[in-house]
Amino acid sequence: MTAESLSRRFQEKIDQEIKIEPKDWMPDAYRKTLIRQISQHAHSEVVGMLPEGNWITRAPSLRRKVALLAKVQDEAGHGLYLYSACETLGVTREELIDELLTGKAKYSSIFNYPTLTWADIGAIGWLVDGAAIMNQVPLCRCSYGPYARAMVRVCKEESFHQRQGFEILLTLCQGSEAQKAMAQDALNRWWWPSLMMFGPPDQDSIHTAQSMRWKIKRFTNDELRQKFIDMTVPQAEVLGLTIPDSELQWDEARGHYRTGSIDWEEFRQVLKGNGPCNTERMAARQEAHDQGAWVREAAQAYAGKHRSQTKKAG
Amino acid sequence: MQSEWPLWEVFIRPKNGLHHIHAGSLHAADAVMAIQSARDVYTRRNEGVSIWVVESIHLHASDPDDADMLFEPAKDKIYRHPTFYELPDEVKHM
Repeated sequence: MTAESLSRRFQEKIDQEIKIEPKDWMPDAYRKTLIRQISQHAHSEVVGMLPEGNWITRAPSLRRKVALLAKVQDEAGHGLYLYSACETLGVTREELIDELLTGKAKYSSIFNYPTLTWADIGAIGWLVDGAAIMNQVPLCRCSYGPYARAMVRVCKEESFHQRQGFEILLTLCQGSEAQKAMAQDALNRWWWPSLMMFGPPDQDSIHTAQSMRWKIKRFTNDELRQKFIDMTVPQAEVLGLTIPDSELQWDEARGHYRTGSIDWEEFRQVLKGNGPCNTERMAARQEAHDQGAWVREAAQAYAGKHRSQTKKAG
Repeated sequence: MQSEWPLWEVFIRPKNGLHHIHAGSLHAADAVMAIQSARDVYTRRNEGVSIWVVESIHLHASDPDDADMLFEPAKDKIYRHPTFYELPDEVKHM
């Protein structure tokens, strides 16, 4: 079959909502786009453990501690689901990890911000996981089967993350003045970076149009961002917190909230590596990778020895 | 030395009486580790009561290009389904 007819048949399948599976023919660019997107997503899950791991030993109660531990363990699991999905496209785990460690692959810019207080753990659950869910729910219908299946699993698990975050903030907001102020401070610092999580505005997003045609993406960055804002503003009211945006207002005609403008220069700087924690995050990943080397080698040596002994016995 | 741990496919039995169902895959040095990791990765919320792991290289799959040849012939054989046969209403259940 000619390349042209293969690619026509491919697009027909996509248009008919037939999922693409690993061994099916796919255009190179589709494969590359997916590898880039899924690996970035996987890296984000893994790096995302760092800001939260920072508070495990200092969680204010055992209840909060087991929840945070479970959440961080989930993030590791989500990273693994995603790496596995990515590997079905013909790239190895080692290559993927290598791209993260050398800085060739990106991860979500949000994880380059520090978790300064306990309220930040609440804000991450509520806002960062809330934004992630907004992004991930439509990805459950992504045209690539393994990615869609991984997303179904991730979304099922992620909803507890957001609720535990909101509960942390709710508790703080019902506490002392100082605790409420801590919650407000966390919202002040995490609000704008959370809005940036949806990526650049549509007119600057180079991948959106093609990804929509391939049904990798179902909504544009701005559409998802707007949905998130509309969902989150009333939740802030429940908490009694103020969104740090003096221009925020309900637009009756559009039926949406209108926000002030997002500082995209800050987003670009964080992506370029100039965020508050970029260096620290990468150093932590590199250190974990290096210090885990002997474990990987020992497990492999043990497995090898075991195999040769079984062979002899047989 | 091989640089990566081999890939394993994980199958989980949700509860006794049901089949093991493919859950996903993971890397592990050997079968014992694959089962331990599968427990951590795929059964954190009571998803199963039993785990199978098989090294992915041992799985053989049909070629997607053969799908028509393999599966098309079954499509027009409606006489393999009970609804193809017409019975009088008096015969209530068969």
